[in-house]
Amino acid sequence: MSMPAYYTTKDKVWYYAFRVICFSIFFFLLAPILIMIPLSFNAQPFFTFTREMLTLNPEGYSLRWYRDFLGSESWMRSIRNSFLIGIGATVLSTTLGTLAALGLSRSEMPAKGLIMGILISPMIVPLIISAAGMFFFFSSINIAQTYLGVILAHAALGTPFVVITVTATLVSFDQSLIRAAANLGASPTRTFFKITMPLILPGVISGALFAFITSFDEIVVVLFVAGVEQRTIPREMWSGIREDISPTILAVATILVILSIALLTVVELLRRRGERLRGLSPQ
Amino acid sequence: MAMADATEQVGSETDSRGRLVTSDGTPLRRALERANRRRKFTAFLLVAPLLAFIVIFFAFPIAQMMWRSVDNPQIVNALPRTLDALQDWDGRTLPDESVYAALHADMVEDQERARRDQLIGPLGIRLNYELSAARSAISRTARSVSDFEAPYKDAFMDAHRLWGQLELWRVIQREGRPLTLSYYVAALDREYNEDGQIVRRDENRQIYVSLFIRTLVLSLAITGMTFLLGFPIAYFLSTLPMRYANLLMIAVLLPFWTSLLVRTSAWIVLLQQQGVINELLVNIGLISDGNRLNLMYNQTGTIIAMTHILLPFMVLPLYSVMKTIPPSYMRAAKSLGATPSTAFRRVYFPQTLPGIGAGGVLVFIISIGYYITPALVGGQSGRMISNEIARHIQQSLNWGLAAALGSLLLVGVLALYWLYNRLVGTDSLKFG
Repeated sequence: MSMPAYYTTKDKVWYYAFRVICFSIFFFLLAPILIMIPLSFNAQPFFTFTREMLTLNPEGYSLRWYRDFLGSESWMRSIRNSFLIGIGATVLSTTLGTLAALGLSRSEMPAKGLIMGILISPMIVPLIISAAGMFFFFSSINIAQTYLGVILAHAALGTPFVVITVTATLVSFDQSLIRAAANLGASPTRTFFKITMPLILPGVISGALFAFITSFDEIVVVLFVAGVEQRTIPREMWSGIREDISPTILAVATILVILSIALLTVVELLRRRGERLRGLSPQ
Repeated sequence: MAMADATEQVGSETDSRGRLVTSDGTPLRRALERANRRRKFTAFLLVAPLLAFIVIFFAFPIAQMMWRSVDNPQIVNALPRTLDALQDWDGRTLPDESVYAALHADMVEDQERARRDQLIGPLGIRLNYELSAARSAISRTARSVSDFEAPYKDAFMDAHRLWGQLELWRVIQREGRPLTLSYYVAALDREYNEDGQIVRRDENRQIYVSLFIRTLVLSLAITGMTFLLGFPIAYFLSTLPMRYANLLMIAVLLPFWTSLLVRTSAWIVLLQQQGVINELLVNIGLISDGNRLNLMYNQTGTIIAMTHILLPFMVLPLYSVMKTIPPSYMRAAKSLGATPSTAFRRVYFPQTLPGIGAGGVLVFIISIGYYITPALVGGQSGRMISNEIARHIQQSLNWGLAAALGSLLLVGVLALYWLYNRLVGTDSLKFG
């Protein structure tokens, strides 16, 4: 966007000042995340740039924190745990959430508002309260400190995102397609897999991604419900920050930032594909 | 398809009374009703698994936890005879021998129970919430209670001085009921006085009300900061052509998608005494080495880090509202003679209010229950109510008080959510 020719000096000053303000805010958003990347290559156990790093002396840089990370049994276990729990919770919440969204988007669904309220409550209730409740309940039925317990807890936290994204996709879904399929003799199951599923798939996938990220990033419930065996990456970072603070967590953080850039790209591509499929934007 | 069935069955036949019927003779109205019920039922069947899952593994545990805030079985279970004997006690003088004899009978019986359903331990812990030292009185007495001989009153008073004090007996009488309000009384910084009335606690023992207020103030400050920083960039993004806007949107979405722990550790790296910001300021000579700024382990740290973490939640709703405001309105206002600031204030700004409301309530709801960031960068002065709830669950083990604090927080958040729903409706919740 260029500046209109009729701008007065005052307008021009404001025009540039506003841009400077905006870019400083973008800087505030990005800098803290990006600054960890060079710091994770620090040869010294500090959280700040050493003189060698600033003068770009190769001596100042090393991969020792990445070696630390890769060589650590507890970090490696936390990666396995995060993926195991994340995938388990995603499968469960995506299946249940998609089914529920299909029901909720039917016009004949009774008590829709109330049910929707209950289903998205895991997103509203402060995590500390959910975590405390689950801690007591899961202990009483002996699934605290088990993988099953953490997976169930994370699945509950992830379902609102699946329900909301899939319901949003179904809003623009043409219900007459289902009637057409039935008219042509397809069974409800066949209609679902051949007609409904391909069309709502972008919504389901992005809902699943949200559910996965929710689990992958979740720490409060893990603090309460998981045992030592189930420690996930955020849980390991939490002890890293609280107990022995070393730049290893910066190496982990860098890897996670790269992972989130990849995820961001996937979600953006899915969104564009969804819009194109539904004809919302010209190609 | 249920609907197809219904339509198939509809014929144009009529029965003897002239009502429309389907081909098999059922009245049309009934056939339609049945088809409708069936469709309702299938819709509900689809939702049922998730509903059951959420109710069992989410709603029920929370309800069960909230129940702990009023549940009060310990004294009733451990001292049934004593409570019976205490019924007519006036609370002015020490109870008489019959009460002590009942207490003796209760405690001897409790001591004989199998280890797994012990009552004495919980009794001591429960009484200790109301009266410190009560726990040691109970456990010390329990050790020798089976050897006590009449008169029991003297035996108990010899075992521990607390048995000779009115306070302990008042607590037993007051809390000897299956339900209690005492956790809420404590959560609101109140206590019972000698006459059993609820009064304020001493100044130096008041913790929770000021903590609730601090949580509200910090959340408001964070909401205000996210608004101040979010409004300009949302506006800027909404004026850019799509191509550039999508590109710059990455700056908002990347933090949104980055792990919370990563963002929190980023701020620890920046804000520590030996961190990047302090080093930078020392190196360019703005501050001396001895006067490094305390940016972390206080409220400043909590506000800075949480503003950064929650900013996307403000920008995204604002942006989606601003996208829908036609730029021609501002041009029209200016061509009608409004100065840019008047046009902004009277034409543009009022149209962004739904976005401000949505983003503001969202950020406020999230920050009021925040736990991780205050725990890591908040230090003592940046603690919020969630941290206190966690402390009572994990360290002090006063679960009733934790449940009472949690219930108060939950009611507050649900009220705010209701407000949010009134303002924008849940349908407009979008991510990314």
